[in-house]
Amino acid sequence: MRPVYMVSGGITKFAKARPEMTFQLMVKKAYDYALNDIGLTHREAVSAIDGTVASYFSDHFTRQLMAGIMVQDYLGLVPKPGHRVEGGGATGGICFQEGYKSVASGVMDVCLAFGFETMSHVNTWKGNEFIALASDVNFDYPVGGFYTGYYAMMVVRHMKEFGTKVEQMAMVSVKNHINAYHNPYAQKREQLTIKDVRSAPMVAWPITRLDVCVMSDGAAVALLASEEGVRKLEKISGTKLNPVRISGVGRGTDSMRMADRPHGKVILLPHESPNDYKHLDYPGIHSFRAGRMATKLAYEMAKIKDPRKDIDFVELHDAYTSSEIQTYEDMGLCKYGEGGKFVEAGNPFLPNIDYGLKLKKKGTIPVNPSGGLIACGHPVGATGLMQAVFAFWQIQHSIKKHFGNDMLQVKDAQRGAIHSHAGTGTYVTVSILEKA
Amino acid sequence: MKKEKENTAIPETEEGTVLFNVPFPKDLKQLKSMSPIVTLQHYGINYIHSYGQDSPFFAGLANGRLLGTKCPSCGYVQVTPKLHCQECGSECEWVELPKEGRIHTFTVCYFGSEEFLKETPFMLVLVEFEGAKTLMLSRLIGVDPSQASIKLIGRKVKPKFRRNSKFKPTDVYFVLAE
Repeated sequence: MRPVYMVSGGITKFAKARPEMTFQLMVKKAYDYALNDIGLTHREAVSAIDGTVASYFSDHFTRQLMAGIMVQDYLGLVPKPGHRVEGGGATGGICFQEGYKSVASGVMDVCLAFGFETMSHVNTWKGNEFIALASDVNFDYPVGGFYTGYYAMMVVRHMKEFGTKVEQMAMVSVKNHINAYHNPYAQKREQLTIKDVRSAPMVAWPITRLDVCVMSDGAAVALLASEEGVRKLEKISGTKLNPVRISGVGRGTDSMRMADRPHGKVILLPHESPNDYKHLDYPGIHSFRAGRMATKLAYEMAKIKDPRKDIDFVELHDAYTSSEIQTYEDMGLCKYGEGGKFVEAGNPFLPNIDYGLKLKKKGTIPVNPSGGLIACGHPVGATGLMQAVFAFWQIQHSIKKHFGNDMLQVKDAQRGAIHSHAGTGTYVTVSILEKA
Repeated sequence: MKKEKENTAIPETEEGTVLFNVPFPKDLKQLKSMSPIVTLQHYGINYIHSYGQDSPFFAGLANGRLLGTKCPSCGYVQVTPKLHCQECGSECEWVELPKEGRIHTFTVCYFGSEEFLKETPFMLVLVEFEGAKTLMLSRLIGVDPSQASIKLIGRKVKPKFRRNSKFKPTDVYFVLAE
């Protein structure tokens, strides 16, 4: 496979509802931002882009089949090749990787990965129902289908196995909301305390409303290119690009019903040993085996031996504060069982921001410097691409340009990981971006 | 932090006035600043759903029997049934599960999907059974939700069955056995 670069990205501001535009225009806004950022006109982009991959999760939310082609049509990119991908909450991450493959395989030199979701078209409770239809409708959904309930059961077991505390979960919420305070793209920009999080209404014990991401309307795009594609774009636009290399892609899966997950051995990362997990039944429902598999494959491809040293920041799928803690472990930022202590010590915070917390080791590896899903919002099909755009800007060191301030710029960011996750860990993607 | 304001506002509802026309400007240039037209449309269907090869599970519930599947070649027991073994791929046999299990984990749902909102707060539980490595998702009944505590994990539970079957997995639910 040949090298693949991300050359531009764009995001429409995520919001509770965007009734003033349809999904086509929402993607068009993100697309125009990405073109403008590298000095491409509409016609130049049409001449350079070889095809697209479309990402949106739910046909129920759009109530329109073939919405992907409607976007491609609106962008003026017909009759070029295109297809839609779907994989629950990981749809955006899968889309990014399918775009990667389109270029890596030599099929395309320039590929547009775009994604969106319009979740405001039904009320929040119906939205929860639509999302819960991504759990087994024979055995899981009818029992009380509600993802927050499923994740709550998973973290309750995490608490039982490892002693994880609700205050540690709340610290994730504080971190991500305060990071988002400096991110103009974020839906929720709030200065919270641990007490605020714990005293918010309980959604599913022990997860409160401030432990959960919100529903959003939004879109995001990532423009990917081969070396030839980069040269072509530079020639057409007359602009020197600042590309970021995609050095690793990994994906994992697990059984649809979390009740069916086995209790066996841990899949080890290069910096771990079997002795670390002598008495751990894995993954059970406390850990995401798909996340570990995706991580392992992505790290192998990017030649990452120890993520604690080899990665400068992570944008991960924090639909719940609990799943951020579980994902630290899946991604090897700490050992299984240490996720709660990892956040409590301060590792995933940004070193330059005041969170109103006493932290021992602040900022060893910032996680969700953008604010993550919890604060930025989670328009499902756009989310994984939003992470790619934020990571791209981090590695370009262009956060200041796009955010209007550099509070969230990770100093000397050379390499970052993005992580996209579908319901209870059924599909997970991890991709590595690094300085070209 | 901003106080949660939801409780001090009149709840939003979806019924309203039927609108048959809207104002229209003389100058077409003004159209770009008009508010979006948002309409309420019904979105509902009857759906013919088959449980297919999993049908015996639901027939079991209707007869007060809790069934799982067991692999004849490797012995793996699937608490939530799968006709084919997830370990070795062989076709499984239907078996009756033990009359008692233990709470592996649980939660109390205070909110939920629209369909289940009226039932909140309700408790979800994953039950483990002796001799099986997989679990079963169900409702836990008869426990005071305000007593939610990690101490519930490991407590013995037993299945109870609805007398009037609805042919849904909620035809069975669990209560504390001791």
